[in-house]
Amino acid sequence: MRKIVYMLIFPLVLGTISSIFSKEIREEFPVPPPPLSEGIYPCSQCHATMELNTKKRILTEEHTNIKLHHAETMRWCLDCHYSRNRDKLRLYNGELIDFGRSYLLCGECHGNVLRDWKAGIHGKRQGYFAGRKRTYLLCVHCHDAHSPRPKPIKPEPPPSPPRERRHAK
Amino acid sequence: MGSSIPFLSSCGKEEREDFFQKHFLEMTREEKEALVARLEERYLKKFGRRFKVSIQESIPNTLWGYGLDLSRCIGCRRCVYACMEENNCSREKPQSQWIRVIRLKKGSLVNLEDSEHYYNPDLVPEKEYIYIPVQCQHCENPPCVKVCPVHATWKEPDGLVVVDYNWCIGCRYCIAACPYRGRIFNWGEPNVPPDQLNTTVHYLGNRPRMRNVVDKCTFCIQRVRMGRYPACVEVCPTGSRKFGNLLDPQSEIRYIIQNKRTFRLKEDLNTDPKFYYFFEA
Repeated sequence: MRKIVYMLIFPLVLGTISSIFSKEIREEFPVPPPPLSEGIYPCSQCHATMELNTKKRILTEEHTNIKLHHAETMRWCLDCHYSRNRDKLRLYNGELIDFGRSYLLCGECHGNVLRDWKAGIHGKRQGYFAGRKRTYLLCVHCHDAHSPRPKPIKPEPPPSPPRERRHAK
Repeated sequence: MGSSIPFLSSCGKEEREDFFQKHFLEMTREEKEALVARLEERYLKKFGRRFKVSIQESIPNTLWGYGLDLSRCIGCRRCVYACMEENNCSREKPQSQWIRVIRLKKGSLVNLEDSEHYYNPDLVPEKEYIYIPVQCQHCENPPCVKVCPVHATWKEPDGLVVVDYNWCIGCRYCIAACPYRGRIFNWGEPNVPPDQLNTTVHYLGNRPRMRNVVDKCTFCIQRVRMGRYPACVEVCPTGSRKFGNLLDPQSEIRYIIQNKRTFRLKEDLNTDPKFYYFFEA
């Protein structure tokens, strides 16, 4: 009887242990869904039936709003987007990832930034810092993946000079 | 003497209550709760809004520290205005801002005297300048607390330097003593439209102030004691602002101190600020 109980329990225990370990190997971060352009995802709804053209060229029919300004001399669309399944991104080692984990792709070049991001130093902080309630944003929530440098913005107005204060009631 | 005019008879009820109010640190729990009830009622009458005044004490084993990445700050002043909204600062005439963003020529970081805070270009960042937001640095050795003649300002156990606005006499000694210009004087009755008031307030933080008292940044005491980031941290569009518990080895601020090049403003004055400026890499 005892043997049967052990036999039943053993796989359960093994399962939980292995699931704990697999979590440790690749830490998951709580991120909101990626900011995909409206009506364009899944990419495969168009690309599945299209012929694959791996030649580096200027796109004239579709995606004309994308101006690649991200080491554009040495990179092109299919270096990050997987050519045979456009709903996935492709890491350097051939692994395919969803858009929701694109930070792994960015971290392949910007490793020091990814390290800071994981520690919660790079990126916007919002909500709660106590406990495990920390929130993360994906790189692409702030940076345009195709042109990542932030654009200059208009500053808020300067403080009113003290002269105005003197006659305040 | 007994048949003469009663003491404080010329005062209103509110003035009499304020006059007999004890020092905040000497109050018992019941007295503090009575004070909160009194203030909530008074604010409801004055602004027509239902306030929630907190008297939450500091959380054990916390010492709040702030980090600001100077290589990312673009001087856009979003923090200044988010702070005003969160902390019920007077909007216009008189305008009261707890954060001052100063602009310096690149390469002259040590010459704070050459800084300017009225800059107003069309777009930021500008190529030849860097920006340093300055607010209360929450010194471990605060000169402003030392000079207060009535002990209306003190350092809390979690490191926040706070003011009891009811106890402040408006002498402005603390403003003269602060080397960072972190304290602001309310020269006139604060002017906030009632619909823009933040009704989640702390007694020692962002509750509506009166005329002739000193106020200052409290690292959003009403937020951080609940585990929330301060308003300026949340609004910063470049993510330059970081916040955390200096006593927690896993916190973000400890990571910054261990891994980044940090400095504090005017360290030579031995004020020991808990506001760490740092640079990328």
